[in-house]
Amino acid sequence: MALIVFAVLAAVALGAFLAARARARVRSGAAWHSGPVYHAVQALIWTLAPALLVLVLAAVFSDALWLQVMSAGLPEPIQALEPFRRQAFLSDVRLVGAGGLPMQIWTGELSGLLQSEAARSSRVQGLLDAAAAVAAVTLALLGGLIGVLQVRPGLRARNRVEAWIGGALFVCSAVAVLTTVGIVASLLFESLRFFQTVPVLEFLFGTQWSPQIAIRADQIGSSGAFGAVPLFVGTFLIMAIAMLVAAPIGLFSAIYLSEYASGASRAVIKPLLEILAGVPTVVYGFFAALTVGPALRGFFNGIGAQLLGGPLDSVGQYLLLVQNQMALVAGAVMGIMLIPFVSSLSDDIINAVPQSLRDGSYAMGATKSETVGRVLLPAALPGIAGALLLAVSRAIGETMIVTMAAGLAANLTLNPLDTVTTVTVQIVTLLTGDQEFNSPKTLAAFGLGLTLFVLTLCLNIVAQRIVQAYREQYD
Amino acid sequence: MTDALDPTGQQTRQRAAAAQLKRRYARERRFKLYGQLAIGIALAFLLLLVGRIFEQGHTAFYTHALTTPVYLDPARVDRVYPSGANYLQLAADQQAERLGVADDPVAVREVRDLLSSELNFVAAAAVEADPSRIGQTLQLRAPLDDSADLYLKGEISRNTPEDQRVLSDRQLDWLDQFKANGQIEARFNTVLFTRSDSTQPELAGVLGAVIGSALMLFVTAALALPIGVGAAVYLEEFAPKNRFTDLIEVNINNLAAVPSIVYGLLGLALFINWMHLPRSSPLVGGLVLALMSLPTIIIATRSALKSVPPSIREAALAVGASRTQAVFHHVLPLAAPGVMTGAIIAMAHALGETAPLLLIGMVSFVPGVPDALTDPSSALSVLVYIWENASERAFHERTAAAIMVLLTFMIAMNAVAIILRRRFERRW
Repeated sequence: MALIVFAVLAAVALGAFLAARARARVRSGAAWHSGPVYHAVQALIWTLAPALLVLVLAAVFSDALWLQVMSAGLPEPIQALEPFRRQAFLSDVRLVGAGGLPMQIWTGELSGLLQSEAARSSRVQGLLDAAAAVAAVTLALLGGLIGVLQVRPGLRARNRVEAWIGGALFVCSAVAVLTTVGIVASLLFESLRFFQTVPVLEFLFGTQWSPQIAIRADQIGSSGAFGAVPLFVGTFLIMAIAMLVAAPIGLFSAIYLSEYASGASRAVIKPLLEILAGVPTVVYGFFAALTVGPALRGFFNGIGAQLLGGPLDSVGQYLLLVQNQMALVAGAVMGIMLIPFVSSLSDDIINAVPQSLRDGSYAMGATKSETVGRVLLPAALPGIAGALLLAVSRAIGETMIVTMAAGLAANLTLNPLDTVTTVTVQIVTLLTGDQEFNSPKTLAAFGLGLTLFVLTLCLNIVAQRIVQAYREQYD
Repeated sequence: MTDALDPTGQQTRQRAAAAQLKRRYARERRFKLYGQLAIGIALAFLLLLVGRIFEQGHTAFYTHALTTPVYLDPARVDRVYPSGANYLQLAADQQAERLGVADDPVAVREVRDLLSSELNFVAAAAVEADPSRIGQTLQLRAPLDDSADLYLKGEISRNTPEDQRVLSDRQLDWLDQFKANGQIEARFNTVLFTRSDSTQPELAGVLGAVIGSALMLFVTAALALPIGVGAAVYLEEFAPKNRFTDLIEVNINNLAAVPSIVYGLLGLALFINWMHLPRSSPLVGGLVLALMSLPTIIIATRSALKSVPPSIREAALAVGASRTQAVFHHVLPLAAPGVMTGAIIAMAHALGETAPLLLIGMVSFVPGVPDALTDPSSALSVLVYIWENASERAFHERTAAAIMVLLTFMIAMNAVAIILRRRFERRW
């Protein structure tokens, strides 16, 4: 049905396009303002714009109209149902009417009513669809006619078409804003529902995290605990380890690349580092879980076995129990992932320091390292701080590495050899099971998401401000 | 007497200066070494990463198949309903008899465990093609079970104590015997590329995930490319300088840095919960990835537009073109290589993205190939995650193989981007 409507619309539009172009190509008499193509495109817009608008409106409002018509003629027994059951019945009527199977089993007279109402629903739906289709096609024909008849020498078709193009471009850039609005709205809306069951303060400062909500109310541990501090600490710990790896390695790479490396080696090393940046995070996760994790575990277990029986016996016992999923593994691998990020940002920033500063330092007899340490780094410090903040924000929001390598136990610890969990891991765990949307468990994920979004947004804004101010300083 | 020889202390000072210079040069060398070390560490990790994936994954590209004679016993294969027969059990019973262990039910089960359930389908297909085969003995070839395959690849060692491996000693003996008989042959693992996800490693492939990823990228490109380019053209060429456009600009920069998982939450709340689009469909995945890659495409397009010199624009305007004409006839075509490069890199990034797809249900087990944009589907990156989590050891090598497939696609896309840039980039 929809396909036929679209085919008819396309045919009408094509006809209007060709007719308008043919009329405009005649070029008789007076001077024409616009070229034939603009006249043709304008006829096209006249054909399609109103018709598509009608179809969109029909799609948006047909549900409400259907409900209106259906509710008006509902038989007595269904009117008598409680509102919740009535809704379920109506949605099943709609399913059956569309040729599907009902979600519930309706017994007694309801079963018969379901069939009769479904037949009515399918009639109503068909009527609504047909009305929309007829309206759209009629409008297209009318619009096409107007568009074609409009063609005359004095018509400023080009300006009108360009106004439409400008409007379309504006709508495109508004999508970016709408995305932000969508993110904020969806996170806020669901989080507010979450905070109705769990107080904000308990969420932000509670130290117990066990979101297992029972399905039945009488099950043990049905309350669940939503104190997110262990998640924040775990996120912080992994981020700190990652930065300990990425900051020095990335910074030294950037310094070497911008100050020491020859053009040729730079041309080889930079793309190689970019490969490291292009590897998908799920691959890093695989690497962490199956290579780095077992290797580090073997290393620590080996040390533990050596220490057993000695003066550090208890340390040895602890080291023997170290698991694959420790904070150190996720942090270290995340650090590797961030190296190219830090290094390319720092490289840009160090390169932005004016050459005159370097030359001045060299003229005083300073070596390269002294120039870097005493002139370049102090001058580039704000920019590098901004770059590191951006890396921190990346580390906090990174999901796959921690999901695959960090584990699920919400331990409140700063020990890098322990298993910790992070905000992003919990979002994934809470939302990947099959559960209904309205339980506090799923809503908690949106609370965590809001926290994550606000945190990374603040870090990004601050970092971008710093980098921006730094760039302007030397422009 | 030294004082007399060096009355002004010049030599001492020179010596001190030389020593200091030596220290400074030593520090310089150390500093340079740190830089080299840092780059060395980064590159070593890259090598380790790629090397480990290849080391773990290369064995997944070949597999062992067993050719086994099966007598299609008319007593056990129903002529009316041949596809209902348990050919696997039939083959296992006969094989056990040939091995002389048919009396021991445990042994029969162990024989059956070496065969893949694929044998059922192979036999059923053979019988359905020609029902007169019932009563004959057929040579049927099917993959070996994944653990048997691992043993033949040397991943399971006979030296491991028997209770710590999935195969018993006699199973290993039988496998050696099959191999000596020439019943087992190693061949290219076509299953990996012609099948979709399965719970049995020897029957699992990446095809469904590759198609799912392709459909998803199609949606992403169809949406993000026109919208992103349109937005960039508006901001760069048409937008008046006012508060609203400033807001859009700040907004886009921040969107580019929003963690990808937040886009997954947006997709879950907006597309699935509010708009009721089907879960785990390439449509929703593509929509989410489109929103995610939009800022990247906008930023890349803007810088490509910026690099077109204003003289082009001005020349077009000077000969009477309107602003729209100047942009669409001259500036945008000249910026096109840069736009395409940025777009392809954004698509390659989207291909590797996993976290948002987990939240919109792509993590569920999908054994088939999606036919439509609204069908449940998997994605290549998510398949890596699913297989990494699987408990069977044979999935490990397949995970690495799936990563190799994923990386091949990404490298190909990036190569196209680089070639585009090399071929068409203009320096003004």
